[in-house]
Amino acid sequence: MSEHIIPTRTYYLIWISLMCLTVITAAVAFVDLGQFNTIVALSIATLKALLVVLFFMHLKYTNEKMSKVAVISALFWLVLLLALSLTDYGWRGAGAV
Amino acid sequence: MSSVAITPEREHYLNKEYGISSWLLTTDHKRIALLYLVSITFFFFIGGFFALLIRLELLTPAGDLVQADTYNKLFTMHGQTMIFFFLIPSIPAVLGNFLVPMMIGAKDLAFPRINLLSWYLYIIAGIIYLHCILTGGVDVGWTFYTPLSSGFSNTKVIEAGVAVFINGFSSILTGLNFVVTIHRMRAPGMTWSRLPLFIWSHYATSIIMLLGTPVLAITLLLVVFERAFGLGIFDPTRGGDPLLFQHLFWFYSHPAVYIMILPSMGVISEVVPCFSRKRIFGYHFVALASIAIAVIGFLVWAHHMFVAGMSLYAALIFSLLSYLVAVPSAIKVFNWTATMYKGSISFSTPMLYAFGFIGLFTMGGLTGLFLAALGIDVHVTDTYFVIAHFHYIMVGGAVMGYLAGMHFWWPKISGRIYPEGWGRLAALIVFIGFNLTFFPQFVLGYVGMPRRYWQYSQEFQVLNVLSTAGSTVLAVGYLLPMVYFLWSMRYGKLADDNPWNATGLEWRTASPPPTYNFDETPVVTWEAYDYENMPLPQEVTLER
Repeated sequence: MSEHIIPTRTYYLIWISLMCLTVITAAVAFVDLGQFNTIVALSIATLKALLVVLFFMHLKYTNEKMSKVAVISALFWLVLLLALSLTDYGWRGAGAV
Repeated sequence: MSSVAITPEREHYLNKEYGISSWLLTTDHKRIALLYLVSITFFFFIGGFFALLIRLELLTPAGDLVQADTYNKLFTMHGQTMIFFFLIPSIPAVLGNFLVPMMIGAKDLAFPRINLLSWYLYIIAGIIYLHCILTGGVDVGWTFYTPLSSGFSNTKVIEAGVAVFINGFSSILTGLNFVVTIHRMRAPGMTWSRLPLFIWSHYATSIIMLLGTPVLAITLLLVVFERAFGLGIFDPTRGGDPLLFQHLFWFYSHPAVYIMILPSMGVISEVVPCFSRKRIFGYHFVALASIAIAVIGFLVWAHHMFVAGMSLYAALIFSLLSYLVAVPSAIKVFNWTATMYKGSISFSTPMLYAFGFIGLFTMGGLTGLFLAALGIDVHVTDTYFVIAHFHYIMVGGAVMGYLAGMHFWWPKISGRIYPEGWGRLAALIVFIGFNLTFFPQFVLGYVGMPRRYWQYSQEFQVLNVLSTAGSTVLAVGYLLPMVYFLWSMRYGKLADDNPWNATGLEWRTASPPPTYNFDETPVVTWEAYDYENMPLPQEVTLER
């Protein structure tokens, strides 16, 4: 089991980073970047999720195989959700049943 | 919940401590299972009450018992209560909580306090939902479809959504507890291929709970945000997409059907070998079929949306995948049947329910294939055919399995034997009542009666009367076990440790079990379902 102790300072820094990224997401939404608005928002969201998983959920400090299996399964399921939903959204114009 | 003094000289989990706080602050998985048993039984009767009102309204073609608006609330609250507050927690939270640690030779679940927390979350969600019911109710269907739920309904959608959201966390915590327990706390010698199939099915169920429930939670939160703050997520007038809600909702809610049925399959996999006195046929196939159902079950959700306007390409893919998920279920049915072949079968109550399960689940599953076929689905979508289909799975399958399990393990849970004659009678009544209620609905749907209407054309009346009559028979069948289980807690014959001469570890400790389940940690040196080397139970010997 991982017994790595993370200093409180790290937690505060990550929390402040998350808050800053939230403000940036909101601010960027008011700038018209065309379709890049979505890309920027999703990229920031991914970065935030990564910070949470690595530091708050201790994935950075674990060598447990099971933790990695859990993360990979979660990502795989997300891919399933997106990929199969896209069979609908990608082909909407091709007609409905 | 009052404790039952059974053998005052021996201490067990029921008589170790007394008083309300010993129950409300317990971390014993067996006591938490009983807390769940009382709570879900309460919600079962609330949901059942709504069902009876629905059937009473449909006794006559005219909408004469309740107003249309009230009827919308009745079927919504029937569905939400039964699914979120009874079926999903039923077997995992009651029998799973009680049995998972015992079956693998552990003293408790991995996180006993989280286990208690999950019950409290369930109760908080239940209280919020009860408040919703008592202060006006909700009418959007159990599916919360947008934009009705996010914009147009003027009932208590937010409250119901919050209740289901909180309840989801109870489910996630139970799933997490089971996964960690099964990985980490197996007794020496309890290898993965010696695990009882009940454990395999609970493992598969837990995976679904962990990976699916968060999606439902966030989706309902988005509905609440759209409704409360006007965010444009699902509302097309604000740039949203209503079908996005259906994709996200069914990504959880189709696998949720497997949360209901997989644990039931686990029960049947325990009951069939025991009452056939045979090792289960194809152990590894049945075990891996559970995992296959959990995985493939996530790939079929959009078959609920064939007529919703999604792309033809998606419909073809989801139709194909929906056929695929029938394969592991069929493997299980064939293997249970093969287990019985040349077995020494006895017709005890749990086995009667198991027979009921196999027959009714097969009918429910096969009619599911009708619905996976695009052409037939267009014809029967939103008709009573669909209602009959999923009740054959959820009631004919899941509830039958739950009752099989309750009867099978009641001697272990309570230390008493229930009256066998009454048990068999109740099983028969449930089977007859169930078929009388739901078989006519297949016909009704096929000839065109739509679901979710409080009045209907004259030509549908005969079948509706049959269905309503069946529901009253079914109600009697469900009340009986509750009465004789309660009766047996005081007056039932004392059960010995292993009244069925079953092979599982849970039968190798006392009935009722001591607080830490086993006096010494068991060491497993035998395969699962080793019935060839077990003597017949006394009752079976007498019958033969």
